[in-house]
Amino acid sequence: MTDEPVLEVRELRKEYRVRTSRAEAVPAAGSALLGHAVTRRERAGVLVAVDDVSFSVSPGQSLAVVGESGSGKTTVARMVVGLERPTSGTIMVSGRERSWRHVSSRERRRRAREVQIVFQDPYSSLDPRMSVRASLDESLRLHFDWTRERRDERVAELLDQVGLDRRQANSLPKALSGGQRQRVAIARALASEPRVLICDEAVASLDVSIQAQILNLLSDIRDATGVSYLFISHDLAVVRQVSDAVLVMRRGRVIEAGPTASVLSEPSDAYTKQLLAAIPRPGWKPTLSGS
Amino acid sequence: MATLEAPLVATPAPRPRRRPDWVVLSTGTVIALLVLMAVFAPLLAPDNPDYANILATNQGPSAAHLLGTDSFGRDLLSRLIYGVRLSLLGPALIILIATLVGTVLAILSAWYGGWFDRVVSRVADILFAFPGLIFAMLAVAMFGPGLVAPVVALSISYTPYLMRVIRAEALRQRNLPYVAACYVGGLSVRTICTRHILRNVMPLLVVQAALSFGYALVDLAAVSYLGLGVQPPTPEWGVMVSTGQSAILAGHPQESLLAGLMIVITVVAFNLLGDRLASRQKGTVRA
Repeated sequence: MTDEPVLEVRELRKEYRVRTSRAEAVPAAGSALLGHAVTRRERAGVLVAVDDVSFSVSPGQSLAVVGESGSGKTTVARMVVGLERPTSGTIMVSGRERSWRHVSSRERRRRAREVQIVFQDPYSSLDPRMSVRASLDESLRLHFDWTRERRDERVAELLDQVGLDRRQANSLPKALSGGQRQRVAIARALASEPRVLICDEAVASLDVSIQAQILNLLSDIRDATGVSYLFISHDLAVVRQVSDAVLVMRRGRVIEAGPTASVLSEPSDAYTKQLLAAIPRPGWKPTLSGS
Repeated sequence: MATLEAPLVATPAPRPRRRPDWVVLSTGTVIALLVLMAVFAPLLAPDNPDYANILATNQGPSAAHLLGTDSFGRDLLSRLIYGVRLSLLGPALIILIATLVGTVLAILSAWYGGWFDRVVSRVADILFAFPGLIFAMLAVAMFGPGLVAPVVALSISYTPYLMRVIRAEALRQRNLPYVAACYVGGLSVRTICTRHILRNVMPLLVVQAALSFGYALVDLAAVSYLGLGVQPPTPEWGVMVSTGQSAILAGHPQESLLAGLMIVITVVAFNLLGDRLASRQKGTVRA
């Protein structure tokens, strides 16, 4: 394992042009793929969703990006995978810069073998008309020049890896539970053998026992494949379990970064302390934040 | 305790057996019969639909002519059976062209958005403001009566209707995370649009096509009735409604009546089927 970072992000910035003066109400005019609201206005007509974010992830490392909703963490993830175009800054994957001009189909296919993403909502992140096998096979066919038998073998292997029964290979997503769907989404992401897997709130919509299973699964997968994680989450309890390092974001900026253990045990920033105080624990009573 | 009889461990419930949907079955049967009539018209028709017999005009039903004859003494049953051909072909062509063009434009608009989408939507708005029948009459005035001109004109006026409905659904699909996952997965835009988005708008597309079919048939029959479409003596229902008019006053309404009845049966069958498919689709979980 070399120490050269597999993913390196420098001075990343994302601005959205906003048509109205009420920046709060408008989530990125013209950007169809944006799935969340951003609540920051810097100057009139421009909304800065991500501001000067830098970090790097080494092979096999797991970096968590935490922050409240609207802090820009999902936008960072979407920029890394190419769903959003950064306003400025660089994203390097395996030492190669990702440019945003004329990304060809071929280049996108190559990038797909570097970084993959698992989305939050397992109910809408799988094609409802495609069986589990078809989903996985589609990716294998695209990325590898394998025979049918080899692909079938690999599908079975991927299902095993994410803890799904082979009998479920032929079911449609609607026949699966949320946790099972998320496993399928993980298997599909792993199909192209990426070096980095981004989990965008990947366990947030699952119930707690399933969350724990999926987190364990992710950790097993890391041990088995050496994949790196970029873990986007608002839940520090989850972050504590999965990540080596953590990056705290607020209003588009990084306000604290460091090894998970030290950030979570001795937070230096008031906001991180607030986030920590918001983790439910025995005897915990919800209080208004800011106190 | 009797209440504990249910197993505590959830076993997968047996899939509920799908009850036969009588509306779909009956309308489907009617439509299938019509298509069979069109295909096998020469075998089914008891007589030559163009064979006129001046000695047997406007006859009532008899053994020789089951539904009677028209004012030229032609066998009405045969004319109705042959009439299925053009009466279905016209609307089928209209719907085929309109769905094809509409779907391609809809999916491209949904995918690319931006100026392409705006231009397509504005052109659709303009076409919307133009009644299809007037458009068809205009086309006939320019290219002459027949099947082609009204079919092309009505195809154009049906396209924006289908385009809009499909675009809305394609846009919804396009913004779902599974499409983003496909994109990140490296699939080409063409594959995403055809294998994923198109496949997911397909149910809606079928419903819209079925519903529009009825309207297209009525519009085309109206064009024929006005004498702008297929010309007599070709057997076609719209034409038959029109040519049968003169006999109505003489007390022989059967030609217009029967042709009109065929139009009603066909349109009702397609509309009921479309409505039923639409409501069934709403019932399903839309992920």
